[in-house]
Amino acid sequence: MLNRLLSHDLPRNRWLTLMLVVIVLGLALTPFLFPGTKALNVAAKVLVFIVLVASYDLLLGYTGIVSFAHTMFFGIGAYGVAIASTRIGPGWGAVLVGVAAALVVSLLLSLVIGLFSLRVKAIFFAMITLAVASAFLTLASQLSEFTGGEDGLNFKVPEALQPGTQYLEDPWLGASIDGRFVTYYLLFVAAVVLVLVMLRIVNSPFGRVLQAIRENDFRAEAIGYRTVVYRTLSNVLSALFATLAGCLLALWLRYNGPDTSLSFEIMLDILLIVVIGGMGTIYGAIVGGVLFLLAQSYLQDLMKLGASAVEGVPVVSQLVSPDRWLLWLGILFVLSVYHFPSGVVGRLRAASTTQTTRGDTR
Amino acid sequence: MNTTTTTPAAAATGATAAAAVPKASFDWVPMALVPLLALLAWPFIGSSPTWVTLTIAGLAMGMIIFIIASGLTLVFGLMDVLNFGHGVFIALGAFVGMSVLGTMADWTASDSLWRNLAAVLPAMVVAMAVAGAVGWAFERVLVRPVYGQHLKQILITMGGMIIGEELIKVIWGPGPQPLPLPQALRGALIFGDAAVEKFRVLAVVVGAAVLIAMLYTLNRTKLGLLIRAGVQDREMVESLGYRIRRLFVGVFVAGSALAGLGGSLWGMYQQGVVPQMGAAVNVLIFIVIIIGGLGSTLGCFVGALLVGLMANYTGFLAPKVAMFSNIGLMVLVLLWRPQGLYPVTSR
Repeated sequence: MLNRLLSHDLPRNRWLTLMLVVIVLGLALTPFLFPGTKALNVAAKVLVFIVLVASYDLLLGYTGIVSFAHTMFFGIGAYGVAIASTRIGPGWGAVLVGVAAALVVSLLLSLVIGLFSLRVKAIFFAMITLAVASAFLTLASQLSEFTGGEDGLNFKVPEALQPGTQYLEDPWLGASIDGRFVTYYLLFVAAVVLVLVMLRIVNSPFGRVLQAIRENDFRAEAIGYRTVVYRTLSNVLSALFATLAGCLLALWLRYNGPDTSLSFEIMLDILLIVVIGGMGTIYGAIVGGVLFLLAQSYLQDLMKLGASAVEGVPVVSQLVSPDRWLLWLGILFVLSVYHFPSGVVGRLRAASTTQTTRGDTR
Repeated sequence: MNTTTTTPAAAATGATAAAAVPKASFDWVPMALVPLLALLAWPFIGSSPTWVTLTIAGLAMGMIIFIIASGLTLVFGLMDVLNFGHGVFIALGAFVGMSVLGTMADWTASDSLWRNLAAVLPAMVVAMAVAGAVGWAFERVLVRPVYGQHLKQILITMGGMIIGEELIKVIWGPGPQPLPLPQALRGALIFGDAAVEKFRVLAVVVGAAVLIAMLYTLNRTKLGLLIRAGVQDREMVESLGYRIRRLFVGVFVAGSALAGLGGSLWGMYQQGVVPQMGAAVNVLIFIVIIIGGLGSTLGCFVGALLVGLMANYTGFLAPKVAMFSNIGLMVLVLLWRPQGLYPVTSR
């Protein structure tokens, strides 16, 4: 049963299994285990990022395509829900319309980008997507009557999900059963389903073709697969999953603006998580996402302590100031690309198999 | 080959070997796009003085972009290295330039143009030197271990850019800072009804000097011959006994230095610097390099002018879609010539 759910792609390492079980249990029971708004916010963000990063892994890790336009699709999803809820008014209808419209827009856009630019070399694709994504970001902050411009859009979610909606008078097992609670579990179920679907995709014959293209596209073409078609499909699929992740984010935050879903920093976060977690393993998105977002949310507090310890020392205090946490992540990123190219998951899996068939992460 | 037909002039020198080599016909069509674009924009803008102002502003912007992008296109072409961290040298150049100008306040505040230029020149030179030195370290530490691995190159240079940007924030602070122009370079020159900002004239002059120096080095020196040959066919140059890696380091450092120069100009052009400026300019540079054809200097020049003109015209006509116009330009060019305006052959 579990084997089928995970598409016969088991963690294949005792520590990894343990880690995943802890993560899944932790996320499933966050409202009960970790009281407080911040913990719930972090957990919800973790869920969204797991979906988002796994969808990027489909493209980068499994197909070997570097795209910088992934936040664009993420943003389309978030803006879809935000704009529909603002225009139509709060309700499930608006959410459905927003999600559907966002999916259609993403589908068309990713299809156009894929067909237009995937036939050119990898360099071109990376640069073209970077250009398109930044143009989209500019557009979103310019069309203020539609997207709220730099200020973004504040909107209301359906009543069942609003924080004011109380389902039980008193907290149950330490968690207040309100609209936020329901939203959290909506996110949780959606994330689990989406990740399982993506596991299914990458472990299907289609996923094997993608891996073949990653390893040697020339040979894949020679065997008779039309690589352009497969690359484009991979691009479209990954865009659609990213769009859904964006919808989830918007439902949770009840706000969307250029910085929350479109900014280049998020693209960097995605890259960091994929590399730290392990490329070409959907599980890498789960492990990496949890590690990264915990670091992002709590490392800054830790650095604040460190900064107060070395206060007065001119350069050092600047280096450990909490605002500079990205510097340390950047160094960690470079080091992990050099020394752990297969990421946490790849390392653990390689350690537990004697005859390693480690994927070449070129 | 039409060049082998003997004209009287050629007959006189016909004995020399050079005349026997058929000269490849130069492709003028992409060059003609620049005046064509300018002429196309004229009726839309309507008033001629505005058009002149915008055109000169666009050419000045294009010149700065060319200075920044020229080094990168050679890096792409020569060693097939995907440097996504080029932007950090731009920001570095701008910040160093700002600091140097800041120390010479009494020179920049003076009304004399010559004293002003005497302040701007060291600012540019120091920006170049610092960016070049950092570029050397960047190549040494980050790029060298990942030759031939495209995905890793993209990721590593991206990581390098994050680190560089954060270090800039550590040194100069995270916020935007003003970069006031020297006194005599402020304001505009008035030709009839057209106003041309003085600084843009300086940018055009510096850009032209870089272009001439580059074209001379690339086309008239042995070093340039090796670089061009390396872009075309690296293995062949290596097999002739030249150390192309050493050549590449030189090109990388020169490219970083040019990015530093361009960055200091760009900072003065924008009259302010932000640590994130590198990433923003990076996008423009990539568009330029794609339009021009990876590895082509001339293509890079034409692409930069086109992008500069386009940005200024659409910035005037429809500011909201200014960014999209460059993407549109890129799409059109790629539909016409999928390898860029001046494709580097045999790649």
